[in-house]
Amino acid sequence: MILPAQYLALAGLLFATGVVGVLARRNAIVMFMSIELMLNAVNLTLVTFARMHGNLDGQVLAFFVMIVAAAEAVVGLALIVSIFRRTKSVSVDDAGELRG
Amino acid sequence: MSAPIFEAAWLVPALPLLGAAILLFAGKRMSKAAGGLATVMMAGSFSVGLWIFFELLSMPAAERLHTSTLYTFIKAGTFEVALDYRIDPLSVLMILVVTGVGSLIHLYSIGYMRGDERESRFFAYMNLFAFSMLLLVMANNMLIMYVGWELVGLSSYLLIGFWFERPAASTAAKKAFITNRVGDVGFALGIMLIFVHFGTLDFSRVLSEAGALGTGAATAIALLLFAGAAGKSAQIPLHVWLPDAMEGPTPVSALIHAATMVTAGVYMVGRAHPIFAQSPVAMDVVAWIGLATALLAAFIAFTQDDIKRVLAYSTVSQLGFMFLALGVGATSAAIFHLFTHAFFKALMFLGAGSVMHGSNDETDITKMGGLGRAMPWTAATFVIGWFAIIGVPGFSGFFSKDQILAGVYGSGGTILWVGALVATFGTGFYMSRLVFLTFFGPSRAPEGVRAHESPAVMVWPLALLAVAAAGAGWFGATVHGGGFHRFVAPSVCAAHDPAHVAEQPRVQTCTVDAATGEVHPLEREGGAGELVLGSVATAAGVAGLGAAGFMYLGGFPWQRRRERPTLVWKASRNKFFVDEVYQFLFTGVGKAVAATAAFVVDRRVIDGTVSRLAHGVGALSVVGRKLQTGMVRTYAVGVLGGVVALGVLLVARAR
Repeated sequence: MILPAQYLALAGLLFATGVVGVLARRNAIVMFMSIELMLNAVNLTLVTFARMHGNLDGQVLAFFVMIVAAAEAVVGLALIVSIFRRTKSVSVDDAGELRG
Repeated sequence: MSAPIFEAAWLVPALPLLGAAILLFAGKRMSKAAGGLATVMMAGSFSVGLWIFFELLSMPAAERLHTSTLYTFIKAGTFEVALDYRIDPLSVLMILVVTGVGSLIHLYSIGYMRGDERESRFFAYMNLFAFSMLLLVMANNMLIMYVGWELVGLSSYLLIGFWFERPAASTAAKKAFITNRVGDVGFALGIMLIFVHFGTLDFSRVLSEAGALGTGAATAIALLLFAGAAGKSAQIPLHVWLPDAMEGPTPVSALIHAATMVTAGVYMVGRAHPIFAQSPVAMDVVAWIGLATALLAAFIAFTQDDIKRVLAYSTVSQLGFMFLALGVGATSAAIFHLFTHAFFKALMFLGAGSVMHGSNDETDITKMGGLGRAMPWTAATFVIGWFAIIGVPGFSGFFSKDQILAGVYGSGGTILWVGALVATFGTGFYMSRLVFLTFFGPSRAPEGVRAHESPAVMVWPLALLAVAAAGAGWFGATVHGGGFHRFVAPSVCAAHDPAHVAEQPRVQTCTVDAATGEVHPLEREGGAGELVLGSVATAAGVAGLGAAGFMYLGGFPWQRRRERPTLVWKASRNKFFVDEVYQFLFTGVGKAVAATAAFVVDRRVIDGTVSRLAHGVGALSVVGRKLQTGMVRTYAVGVLGGVVALGVLLVARAR
């Protein structure tokens, strides 16, 4: 039997990994994957809490997150491809044209 | 009991309004018939006016008042203004003058304006003017009167500036409009003050309750109303617009600046006489300004060479006479002079138009002379007008001017009376000078200019007006018994008790005949004294004639004297530099104020504030733009920081 606290700890670990990935890496695709990691960490907590409270709210919300994440992936990947076409690079530091 | 025609009296202003509307919208397609249509409308209006007049005459004197309400115009709390009209002797008289003289002037204009490219618009404006004036004189409350008053100002602007291609005409139109506005502000304030004190603007109540007004309030109201009257009727210090208004077509000068518009002020003060009668100060102001205007304008007219300008100053001077009469409480005589003046001055203006028409648009009387032979009809009718204005016994001006002088003498104002005599002498001089230089003596016209008589459509109105100018005086030959005075008496009397005349020498007092109910204005100077007064007044006018005859027919070298002008001559010639003073005082100071506003207030203060604000925002943004690094991960840190801060806040609050 795995305790809810253990699920939550795993979720926290995954989330922290995602945050570090976004902050530390320059490759847009890796940053993108890190964001997915964070989203799914949140999904894990939602499902865990749903189990704890014995209702389905959290699970339904997790589905919503997945759907939004899928939509976000479409737009995000399209943006990355289009940036790559312009700059021949997927490094986010190269796309700084709006710098003040 | 009211006659059915009284209920249809709205036709009087409505017909010219209809004419104006038709001509404005469809005038282009009927340019040949435009003058005819406008004249027919005026004549129709005159016919209705005549019908009303005879109906009124058949009623007992005490019942000659009728008011009708067409609809309620404004209603707000206790403030209620209805579009209504008032038929009483004074308003009917004004209707007859406006539509009667107006019809003749319209008829004359058909000949005068023939071939003008905007003929139909001219007649539309003329009809619009007649409508405005009729609205003014028929109104039964101050606000509707004010509406008519302002419409008169508007249509006079349109007519004076009718030939707007000429800069002088458009400038004169603006001058007239703006000068009138100055007076109108006073009039508007006066109306407001009337509402404050009476709670209504209705004439019937305002005039009957005027006796209860305190002296201070009466003085304030009367002076404000007089400011409006001075603007419309060209009294000092607002007289400057009228001579310039001669830039308009000559029939306009005759209609507006002789017969109707300028008499609006006299009518208004006469109508409000019960208010003025409460305030000796206001009466004094009216009388002295009237006298000053009469003298000043007569003196300026001595040296003017433009035929229409002489007549314009003559009008200003005659209006001064009317205000002098109003100021001494001889209201009935003032209205009578208004009546006779409308005929003889319209006649002379139209005569001047005929002279210009027949002599190649020449207006300089020093280049005329001997025109009597070339245009006998114009000359003969003009001479009748001349006799009327200088007061040759038997002609209309003789009676009316005589009654004004008698009224002034009877009110105890000896200085005023002497001044008026001098002005009478002046009238005799400048009018005779005008007539002698224009119609008599040798011709001074340049070679090749041959004067000719005007067409019949222009001569006929002259002839009809000449008959009126010669004979109109007999309607009111004496103040006490004259039919004219008995007719208007119920409208202009402020007091009905002769016993108080000694205390109130400056109030138009009337007596009521117990047997017939007829109202008689009280005559101030009766008996043998009247003959002496009349003789002196006539002698003054004839002396002016004699002096002018000596100077301009008797071989006096007036042309050579001009080469060495005296100071007095220059002052008169330049209209006492009033225009220049106004130019300096108002235009100059106004320009300085405007320059200060534009280059100091606007450019420094307002623009300065705005641009300093912009610079401040710019400087702030130099700092602010540093936040925008262009590094996505910096932003991500920001987002993370925000989330952490929110989380900490939530946890802290939950505790």
